[in-house]
This record gives sequence, structure tokens and C-alpha cells, in this order.
Amino acid sequence: MSSILSTRGLTRTYGDGESLVRAVDGVDLDVAAGETVAVMGPSGCGKSTLLHLVGGLDRASGGEIHLAGRRVDQLTERALARLRRTDVGFVFQAFHLMDELTVIENVELPALLAGRSPRAARARATELLRRVGLDAKGDALPTALSGGQRQRVAVARALSNEPVLVLADEPTGNLDSAATLDVLRLFEDLHEAGQTLVIVTHDERIAATADRLISMRDGAFVDETRLTGGTTGHLGALAGLEG
Amino acid sequence: MQQEVVLALLAKEPSHGYQLRARLRQALGPIGEAMNAGQVYVVLTRLEKAGLVTTERPELATGPAAAPTADRKTYALTPKGQQRVAEWMTEVSWPKPDLTEFHLKLVAAAAAGLADPLSIVDTQRRELLRRLREAQRAAMAEPDGAEAGLLLEGIVLRLQADLRWLEACERSWTTRRSTS
Repeated sequence: MSSILSTRGLTRTYGDGESLVRAVDGVDLDVAAGETVAVMGPSGCGKSTLLHLVGGLDRASGGEIHLAGRRVDQLTERALARLRRTDVGFVFQAFHLMDELTVIENVELPALLAGRSPRAARARATELLRRVGLDAKGDALPTALSGGQRQRVAVARALSNEPVLVLADEPTGNLDSAATLDVLRLFEDLHEAGQTLVIVTHDERIAATADRLISMRDGAFVDETRLTGGTTGHLGALAGLEG
Repeated sequence: MQQEVVLALLAKEPSHGYQLRARLRQALGPIGEAMNAGQVYVVLTRLEKAGLVTTERPELATGPAAAPTADRKTYALTPKGQQRVAEWMTEVSWPKPDLTEFHLKLVAAAAAGLADPLSIVDTQRRELLRRLREAQRAAMAEPDGAEAGLLLEGIVLRLQADLRWLEACERSWTTRRSTS
């Protein structure tokens, strides 16, 4: 299977000498096209740094990153910025929507930055808002929406530039149980539509939606679980009906 | 008291019944205080009948110091008992979660070097995550406000609670391993 994203020996260190911190320490990651991968670990394990490195928000200290068949760790600042605009979509815990812009303006912005025409960007944004169930809220300001709705807008925005890879950092971190379920449904839809997704989280619920779960500790991968396939048929027992 | 727990505590070395009781009280704290003093002996007798442990009586000493008591017996695992312990180490006990059993499994595994507590935690986590995935997919398929959705949410929340506790187990055993 071909990888959309792969890293080899990816490393990010801070400081030097005695105070050297290995935030990401020699990580080999392969994500296949259409796959959802979740990376879990305690805070400080390096999972957010990893996400920033593969998304071009931070620079690696060593190792390689290949995205959609291209080596991207050696790109110039300018080429890296272009890569972020055209190939990657981001979803953050704190939504990071622009409060001065309406919902639909927020969603169409990445498409505009990626070079689409205003008309095409608007059409795409309208379609995405419909997909996340917020087509009636296009003209509202983000501040008028609930946390769950804002995160759904943020997901729509992440898809605006038709990225090859969506990166999500604790996307359910600020949401209650019902809003979490909405976002989980949305990620499930993306997955079914063939979107490649990497999620870093400490929320077991969103991690459990992934095809593959990687545990990270002290900057390195320590365990990997394939969640698809395997045992099923436990619902009755889980509900206390059997056993 | 689960038979396997007592068996596993014997895996490190043969013990007297009172030593097993002391070890359990230490591992269980206030929860162990509710344990009936005779419980361990009931389990040991059952294990002996099942051929999983053997007993040895000390040479009868003479003099007033050698009070004749059941506590004087030393219990040891038979090969069959050792095999049962090894099996138990790899078993996953959900969906009937027995926290005490799992806790003592980690304690016994570490004490006797039977298995890495962290790999037992990882195995258990994999299993729980698969079940969480299953329950959650069922929950997502329910329309908003469906009655069944509420039950499924309860299952999801309980699985999450178990997974959080596993995280705590992982932290604790990681620390103990690095300081030992």
C-alpha cells in the first residue's frame, strides 16, 4: 500500500547539552491513503510536536518527511508555507476560527489562499457546510455558535483546500459528550469519503474511531494497535445482557 | 477471592498462608481489610484438591515454641498450577471487569517476574479500545435522542473510565519500574 505520509527517524530536540530535550525521538510513521491514524500518549509525550512537524508548522532537527511522494523536510520557508496552504488541513482543540469573519467566510478562506477563484471557494464552502450540517449558519459569526458547532466549522474549513492530509490536534478536547459524538460522526464521514487523517489526542473516544492507534511515550512510539477487524459482537455482554 | 490471584502470589516462592494474607493486605489496603481471615485458607484448600498447589509441613520441632497450627504449612505451585498462572497472565477479563483481580495480576506479575505489567496493561487496553470502537459505532448509528443511544453512551462512558484507570496503572508501573 502506498503511503501518503511517511517519516523516517524524525527528530525534534530543544536546548542542548545537559538540558537537551528530545520531544520527538526517531519516529518512523507511515500513513496509507485513506487511513485514519490516532496517536495517543500523556501530555508532554511529543504527539503535538509530531503533528506540527508533519504539517510543516515546525522544523525537524533530523530525519525525513515525505508527503504525497515529495520530500518536504528540506523545503524553503516559502515552499513550506505553500505546502500548508495546498496540501494540509488542520483542526485544533481551540478551533482557531476568525471571530470577525462569518462562518462561510472562515470556511472559504483556505480555498482562496490555495488559489481557487472566489466563486469556486464559495461553492466549496457551501457544500462543506452542508456536509457538516451547518448550512443554515453560514452568515452567523462563530461566537454565536456552540463549541460543537464551532468545531464542525473548523473541520469544514480544514477540508476547504481539498487537502491530501488532515491533521487534528485534540479535536474533541473542548467538547462535551454530545458535541464529541457529532465530531466523531463527522470524522467517520471523512474516513468513509477516503480522507487521510492523523489525529493526536488523549481522548479514547476519538482514538477508538481510528483504523490504527499508536501509543507514544517520551517522544517515541511504544505500541501499535490495529482497531479494525478483530473481535466484535461484545455489545450484549457490554450491556450486561450475557455472561 | 479469585483462585488465580492466590496461585500467582505463590509464583515467586512457596509461602505460608499468613504471608499470603499479609501480601494481599498490603496490595489491597483498606479493601483488603474487608477480607475474611479464613478466605485465603479456603482457597488454598480448594487449590490443593485441584492439584494446583502442594503443601509441606515443617519437621515437627519440639518444645513450646512449636505450636501446631495450619499456618505452619508451606504452599507451593505444582507444574499444573504454574501453567494455570501463565494462562491467567494473558487472559483479558472484560466485559466483566474485576478491578481487584486485574490489580493483583499486575502485582503478582511484577513480584514473580512472570510478565511485564506494562505489557499486560497494553493487552487489556487494546481489547477495551476495540470494544469502545464497537460501542461507539453503534452509538453513532443511533439517531439523536434515541433511547438505545443513552444505553450505548453509558457503555462508552464505562469503557472510558476503565481506559483512564489503565492509564493510571501504566503511569504507576512505569514509575516503579524506573525506580526499582
